[in-house]
Amino acid sequence: MSGTHANLSELDARVRAIESLLVAKGYVDPVALDALIETYEHRVGPHNGARVVARAWTDPAFLDWLRRDATAAIASMGYSGRQGEHMIALENSPKTHHLVVCTLCSCYPWPVLGLPPVWYKSAPYRSRAVIDPRGVLADFGVRLPETTAISVHDSTAELRYLVIPMRPAGTDGWDAQRLATLVTRDAMIGTGLALDPPAPDGGAA
Amino acid sequence: MNGAQDLGGMHGFGPVQPEDDEPAFHAEWERRAFALTLAMGATGSWTLDQARAARESLAPATYLASSYYEIWLAGLEALMRERGLVHDDELADGRVHAPGQPLAKRLAAEDVAAALARGAPTERAAPGPARFATGDRVLTRQINPAGHTRLPRYARGRRGTVVAVHGAHVFPDTSGTGGGEHPAWLYTVRFDAAELWGPDTSAADVLVDCWEPYLEPLGGPAR
Repeated sequence: MSGTHANLSELDARVRAIESLLVAKGYVDPVALDALIETYEHRVGPHNGARVVARAWTDPAFLDWLRRDATAAIASMGYSGRQGEHMIALENSPKTHHLVVCTLCSCYPWPVLGLPPVWYKSAPYRSRAVIDPRGVLADFGVRLPETTAISVHDSTAELRYLVIPMRPAGTDGWDAQRLATLVTRDAMIGTGLALDPPAPDGGAA
Repeated sequence: MNGAQDLGGMHGFGPVQPEDDEPAFHAEWERRAFALTLAMGATGSWTLDQARAARESLAPATYLASSYYEIWLAGLEALMRERGLVHDDELADGRVHAPGQPLAKRLAAEDVAAALARGAPTERAAPGPARFATGDRVLTRQINPAGHTRLPRYARGRRGTVVAVHGAHVFPDTSGTGGGEHPAWLYTVRFDAAELWGPDTSAADVLVDCWEPYLEPLGGPAR
């Protein structure tokens, strides 16, 4: 599953042939194809999920709603639909770290994270996440204390999981918009942590 | 099916290789293969489970040697061929040799946003009361169907605890083989990692979403 096998121009020609065939048969609208690509290449992405997480950090009523009905809470921010029809939020704590995988295919919460990265769909991640999550985290440069238990969630059904990482220290008084800049895609899968705020030197913050 | 897609717990694939600033697509053909898969899926010619079943039916060596969009593309071709929507000679030369068949739906450009926002929820009216409740101990069935299933091999014949009940959802084992939706109660089941892997694991527990037909009751107190 590394993707360097088939000749690129061969694949390109094969897909072009299929597209022209399906258009000629009246099965697909080429403008609809462009709209699908535009949506997932430019509009939907982890910036959506980052806003959800930052709000969960700053709005206790919203966090409560996420716990009770994540689908509705997330939809209230405008993120819903395909591959996010049934959402579950998983809150990380010093005691428990959540990691999400789909061992059987590539299930991923599109409305909040966009399309999955190649590694998420790859054999190394899908094979190891459920048996050796600490080893997987090490591949991402993440090391958790032994006292933190790792719960791995295998997305076998149409439930889609969004990890709510722990809020980084040193962010007291930050508003949701600023906090969202610390929330990475990997932190919302569980292969990373939220970023620490930039050190308050040199005026970078 | 016990195919190459069922990867959980396998060894030997090497480290995960994250890519910095990864783009959504790595080549133009990936963009088009992605969009064609979604647009053809929207025609209602097959279920999501049938699409997954088609991908996992690839020969294991082919599956493992293919990128994910290559797997999607091979699945799409198989789904269309099986239904007579396209023919081998057409796929070979990209020309129409037989007129298109009538389809249930066709995704128009102006309907894309609404269709994506709607998605395809899988929750259905419950066929009856749920057999299990949160806290119940369960044993997953030891099954090895040649057709589609969403119970991974590593979680078959294992003892776990129901930690959430999610309503009744389309049952993939029938939906994936053209046998209808047969909605069944869906549960999240927590397995101690040691129950799945013995001592050879760094997980504390693994949670798997299991439909009721995958589960048997198990006596004894919750752990």
